[in-house]
Amino acid sequence: MLHTVNKSPTERNALESCLKHLKKGCAVLLIEDGVYGALKGTVSTRMVEQALKNHPIYALYPDIEARGMQDRVIDGIKLVDYSGFVDLAVEHSSVQAWL
Amino acid sequence: MTEATGGIEMEEDTSGKVKKFLYVNRKAPYGTIYALESLEVVLIAAAFDQDVSLAFIDDGVYQVVKGQHTKGIDVKNFSPTFRALEGYDIEKLYVEKESMEARGLKEDDFIVPVKVVSAQEMADLMETQDVVLSF
Repeated sequence: MLHTVNKSPTERNALESCLKHLKKGCAVLLIEDGVYGALKGTVSTRMVEQALKNHPIYALYPDIEARGMQDRVIDGIKLVDYSGFVDLAVEHSSVQAWL
Repeated sequence: MTEATGGIEMEEDTSGKVKKFLYVNRKAPYGTIYALESLEVVLIAAAFDQDVSLAFIDDGVYQVVKGQHTKGIDVKNFSPTFRALEGYDIEKLYVEKESMEARGLKEDDFIVPVKVVSAQEMADLMETQDVVLSF
């Protein structure tokens, strides 16, 4: 399953809850304000790095760039564009959005 | 008169006292419309020659981060507008230290000169205002 998160981890607990519900084979895609969850040096970095050990995590690059966060992304998080977003949705059996 | 102001009785004397306005920004840009709307209202206050201060706390600190490029999401990049505020005599921009540090940000990550203050100092600043507008 592909999980998408579109809320900042310091605004809502969507990311935290999402990461807690991941099963084997699940991937996470951070979009919109969710991309703040992809950053180094924040209060949620450790939690995300932990999840990264077992699950691929992606972030939508146009949303990263819009927010000026291009040099702050955690190593290991893969950046995708809109067509990459579509590919991920197609590759996984289903998509769950954490709002 | 009340028709034009949506039924709100306005003071006849518009030359009155200059008030201290504080705009409290707590939302990240782009994900919601709050940040852009705040900036619009700040410019209105500036047009009325009021004493304006801007506070950035929690995710609001992300609004003033430099290096924003929004072409990819097809949304207006309003961060350069913060640099234009100086021209409207709006020079009091405060970033809360705790919020900044929780997000791995430093003073030189901002697009405009800001004063970094503690939560305690921010609380003091809030108390000295006539009007506080929250976004």
